[in-house]
Amino acid sequence: MTTHAPQTAQSVTLPATLDEAVAALTEMPAAVPVAGGTDLMAAVNKGQLRPAGLVGLGRISELRGWHYQDGHALLGAGLTHARMGRPDFAALIPALAASARAAGPPQIRNAGTLGGNIATAAPTGDSLPVLAALEADLVVAGPGGARREIPISHLLAGREMLEPAELIGFVRVPLLHAPQVFLKATGRTGPGRATASVTVVLDPARRGVRCAVGAIAPMPLRPLEAERWIGSLIDWDGARGLAQEALAAFGEYVAAACIPDPAPPADGGEAPPVSPAVQHLRRTVAALARRALGRALS
Amino acid sequence: MSNDAATGTPALDAPEQEPPAHGLGASLSPADARAKTEGTFPYAADLWAEGLLWAAILRSPHPHARIVSVDTAAAAEMPGVRAVITHEDVPGDSAYGRTVVDRPVFASDVVRHHGEAIAAVAADHPDTARLAAAAIAVEYEVLEPVTDPEKAFAAEPLHPDGNLIRHIPLSYGDPEITGEVVVEGLYRIGRQDPAPIGAEAGLAVPRPDGGVEIYTASTDPHTDRDLAAACFGLDPERVKVVVTGVPGATGDREDPGFQIPLGLLALRTGCPVKLAATREESFLGHAHRHPTLLRYRHHADTEGRLVKVEAQILLDAGAYADASSESLAAAVAFACGPYVVPHAFIEGWAVRTNNPPSGHVRGEGAMQVCAAYEGQMDKLAAKLGLEPAEVRLRNILATGDILPTGQTVTCPAPVAELLGAVRDFPLPALPKDTPEAAWLLPGGPEGAGEPGAVRRGVGYALGMVHMLGAEGADEVSTATVKVQDGVATVICAAVETGQGFTTLARQIVQETLGIEEVHVASVDTDQPPAGPAAHGRHTWVSGGAVERAAKMVRTQLLQPLAHKFGMSTELLQITDGKITSYDGVLSTTVTEAMDGKELWATAQCRPHPTEPLDASGQGDAFVGLAFCAIRAVVDVDIELGSIRVVEMAVAQDVGRILNPAQLATRIEAGVTQGIGTALTENLRTNKGLVRRPDLTGYALPTSLDAPDIRIVKLVEERDVVAPFGAKPASAAPVVTSPAAVASAVRAATGRPISRLPIRPQAAVAVPNA
Repeated sequence: MTTHAPQTAQSVTLPATLDEAVAALTEMPAAVPVAGGTDLMAAVNKGQLRPAGLVGLGRISELRGWHYQDGHALLGAGLTHARMGRPDFAALIPALAASARAAGPPQIRNAGTLGGNIATAAPTGDSLPVLAALEADLVVAGPGGARREIPISHLLAGREMLEPAELIGFVRVPLLHAPQVFLKATGRTGPGRATASVTVVLDPARRGVRCAVGAIAPMPLRPLEAERWIGSLIDWDGARGLAQEALAAFGEYVAAACIPDPAPPADGGEAPPVSPAVQHLRRTVAALARRALGRALS
Repeated sequence: MSNDAATGTPALDAPEQEPPAHGLGASLSPADARAKTEGTFPYAADLWAEGLLWAAILRSPHPHARIVSVDTAAAAEMPGVRAVITHEDVPGDSAYGRTVVDRPVFASDVVRHHGEAIAAVAADHPDTARLAAAAIAVEYEVLEPVTDPEKAFAAEPLHPDGNLIRHIPLSYGDPEITGEVVVEGLYRIGRQDPAPIGAEAGLAVPRPDGGVEIYTASTDPHTDRDLAAACFGLDPERVKVVVTGVPGATGDREDPGFQIPLGLLALRTGCPVKLAATREESFLGHAHRHPTLLRYRHHADTEGRLVKVEAQILLDAGAYADASSESLAAAVAFACGPYVVPHAFIEGWAVRTNNPPSGHVRGEGAMQVCAAYEGQMDKLAAKLGLEPAEVRLRNILATGDILPTGQTVTCPAPVAELLGAVRDFPLPALPKDTPEAAWLLPGGPEGAGEPGAVRRGVGYALGMVHMLGAEGADEVSTATVKVQDGVATVICAAVETGQGFTTLARQIVQETLGIEEVHVASVDTDQPPAGPAAHGRHTWVSGGAVERAAKMVRTQLLQPLAHKFGMSTELLQITDGKITSYDGVLSTTVTEAMDGKELWATAQCRPHPTEPLDASGQGDAFVGLAFCAIRAVVDVDIELGSIRVVEMAVAQDVGRILNPAQLATRIEAGVTQGIGTALTENLRTNKGLVRRPDLTGYALPTSLDAPDIRIVKLVEERDVVAPFGAKPASAAPVVTSPAAVASAVRAATGRPISRLPIRPQAAVAVPNA
C-alpha cells in the first residue's frame, strides 16, 4: 500500500503579461483565469468546478504593484491582501488597507488578490464597499490590447459585464489625502465573514463624505442622502468635528436607508413587523456608521 | 495559552522536584507528534492501493420524503462505473445501530434526514463516481418534515419504532414541597458539530477468502466490525477493521454509515475501494451534539439553599436513536449539577425528528444541562442578592452526598475546593493600563470594537460528567505486553484519537517494567476488543489492562531471580534497565535476566458493574464522576453584541496527574471547544435542510478566539477504584466552559442569556435594544 496518488494532468498556461493572458483566454475560451485561487480552488476541491484549463495570473508582474496617474493610484489586480495591508499602502488608501487586513487569516491574505475579490463579487467581499465608497473604476483588458473602464458599481450591479476573454487589469482609485475608515462586524474575534461592514471616506476637495455598507445586500449600498446631509454639516475649513448627536443621527440615517422598513401591503393595513434579527442588523450598521464617521473626523 | 502549560507544569503550585523524564508523571511527547506537525503522518485519506476504485454516496436532498423509485441504469452504464448499489444490494441486515437497530444502510422507502444515504457508486475516478451518483434518478414524494422536537410527540411516526426514543421520569423526594424563592428558566442549546480536522475517509480491500478489510479512522473498531459484518452477511471473523491515524475525534468517527457502503462496494467489485468525504458530506453524514430544550424551576429557601429542582429536558435525536439513550441518561442524572438537592423531579425525553442526526459528542447530555442549571444558579443569586459564587458554595456537592438518581457519590468530589481556587485566583488586568493599540477588543484586531462600549463580566460554572459507559455497559478492555531484547511492545485495541492513550501506555510500561523503549502496536480487530474511545475509558480501562499485563510480565521476569536469591519479587526493583534488590546486594540488567527469552502477558480490566436507571430514574448508573470549576472573564461590546472571552480560569478534579503536558493540552482543548459551543458553533437548519454545511458558515474558534487558559488548580485526590487513581480529563471542561461563558456574559450585559450559542443580539445591552 502506498500513500501516493497520481495527479491528472491539466492544461495550465502561465503568461507573463496581461495581453498574453488575454490571448491565452481568447485561444481557449473554456479556460478559467486564476490568481490567488482562494475562492476558485475551494470550488474545485468541492467538486463544483472542473475547469478544462487554467490561466495562471501569478507571473504577471505588472499586476502585482501600483503606479500613480493624475491624482489616482492605478492598483494592479494581482495585489494581494497582505501587500495592501502594509503601512506604505495604508498611507495611500487607508480604508482599503484596513479591509485587506480584515479579509481573512494570513494564509488567505497572502494568496487572495484585489482582482479576485472583485471578480468573485461575493456579498461579503471586504474590499468591495471600500471600492464603492471610493468610486473606483476598473481598467479591463480585452483582446488586441484593448482597454476600457467600468465603474465598480456598474460591474457589481451587473449593468456592465466582463466580456469573454476580458480580464480586470487595474483598479483606478482616487487619492483623497484624508481620513478613511473601514469597520467590520463579524461573529467571532478571529477572522470571519462580515455580518455588516461600513466604509466612510472623506473627500475634502469636493467637501463630501462617502459611505458604503457591505455584506448586507448582494452588492455594497451607498446611502447617498445621508452622505449629502452629513457632508453639509461638517465645517470643512475648520475643526471638522461633529457632536455625538450628529454622529448618532448619521448612523441611524445610514441604517434606515440601507435596511428600510418593510413596505405596508398594497391593500392598506399594517406593515409586517421588523424581525429581531433585522433589527439587530440595523442597529449594527448604525453603530458601525457612527463609529466610522467619528473616527474619520477625530 | 497558559504560560504554565508551556513549561510542562500545569498547576500553579509547581512540584518541588523535577518531573521525571519517563514513567508516570512525566511530560512524555507522543511518538508521532513530529510527523503530525510536519504533515507527513499518513491518514486514511492518504491511503492508496493498486487498482483502487473511488466511491461516492448519493445522499438525500430532502429531510423527509417517500422514495417512489430509484433508477440506477443511467449511472451503471457510464464508462468507468464498476458498481452501483442500493438497499437491494445489502446481503445481510438492512439496518444497523449501536444500541437500537433502526438506521437503514441505504434508505429504501423513506428518507428521514437531509443527507441520508440512498445509493453508492464505485468508479475508476472520483469525478466519475460523483457524476454517476448524481446520475441516479430518484423520484421523491416530498413529505412535511418534523423539525420541532416538541411537535414530535403528536406527529405521525417518522419510524416504525415510533417517535419517542426514550423517556426518563426521574422522581426523588417529595413532589409537594416548595421553596420560599422560586426561579424559572427556559434554555435552548444548539447543534454542535464535532467538526473533526480531517473529514471521513477509508479504504476497503477485499480478501481472497471472501471477507473484507476496512482501513479507516474508527474510534470503536470492534463494534463497527460487528455491525458491518452483520450487514455484509459475513461472520465477524471475515471482516477486519484496521485503524489508521485518527485526525482528531471529539465524537464517534467513521461510523458504520461510512464503512458499510465502502465494504459492500469492495465485496461487489472485488477491487479496493476508497471513499474520501467532502466537508459538506461530513457535516451531513455524521452525528452532532443533541440540540436540547430545557425548562427549569428551582426552589430555594431564603438563605439560597436548594429545596427542590423541577426540570423538563427534551433532546432532539434526529431521525435515528444512535447514542441518544445514553445522552438522555446523563442529562437527567446530572440535571441538578454538582449541588445537593433534597428533592428533584426531572423528566427527560429523546425524540425523533427530521433534523440532522445526533449522537455521541464528548460531554453529551451533561453539557446541555450544565448550561441550564448554572443559568438557574445565576438567577437564584440575582434574586437573593448573593454573589454567584456564594450561592453555589452554599449548595455544593461533596463525597458522600446523594445524586438525584439515588447514587451515593463515593469517588472524590472536591467541588468546593475547585470553586474556591477559581474564585480566589487574581482577575486579569483591565486593558486600560496598556496602550490602546495593544487592546484586543471584541471583534478582533481589525474589528469595530470601541473601548467606550465594552463591558467586562465575570461568571462561574461548575460541571460534572460521568466517566466510562453508564447503565450496565460492559466496560472491559484487554491488553497484551511483550518484552524482547529490552524493548517492550503494547498490543491493545484502544484507539488513539488524540486523547493521548498511546503515550500513556508507554508511560505505564516504563513505570512498571523500568524499560524505557516502549512501542504501541497499531490497532486492528484481530486484537481483542478494547471498546470505544469515549468517556475517558481508555485512560481508565485500557490503561488498567496495560498496567496489569505489564505487572504480569514483571513477575515472569523477576520470579526466577527472586527464587534464586530466596526473596519475593516485591523486594526487587527495576530502574533504567537494571534490576536491583532492596538491599543493593543483587544487581543485574534486564537483558541479562531475560536471557534471550520473550515474555508475554495479556490482562483485562473490568471496572465494577453499574445498573440501568429504573422507571423513576433511580439507580447506581455511573462508575465514576469528574468535576470541574471554571471562572470566565469576558469583554462584550454592548452595542454590537460581540463577545471576546478574555480568560478562563480552570480548576479540575483529575485524581492523579499522569502526564502534565498532555493533561494541560486536554484541558485547553476542551475549554476551546466549549467556547465554540458558547459563541459560534451551531449547525443551522431551515425546515430540516442543513444551511451552509462548510467551515465558513460553521465558525469554529480560531487562535484569536481562544482566551488565556489558566489552569489554576488540579486537585489530585486519587480515586481508589480507578487504576492509578487518575480521572479522565477531556470531557469535564467541555461540559463546564459554555456555562461559564454564558454566566460571564450575563454579568457583563445584565441580559438573561438563555440560548447557546449566544447570538450577538442577545448580548446587546443598550436602552432601546
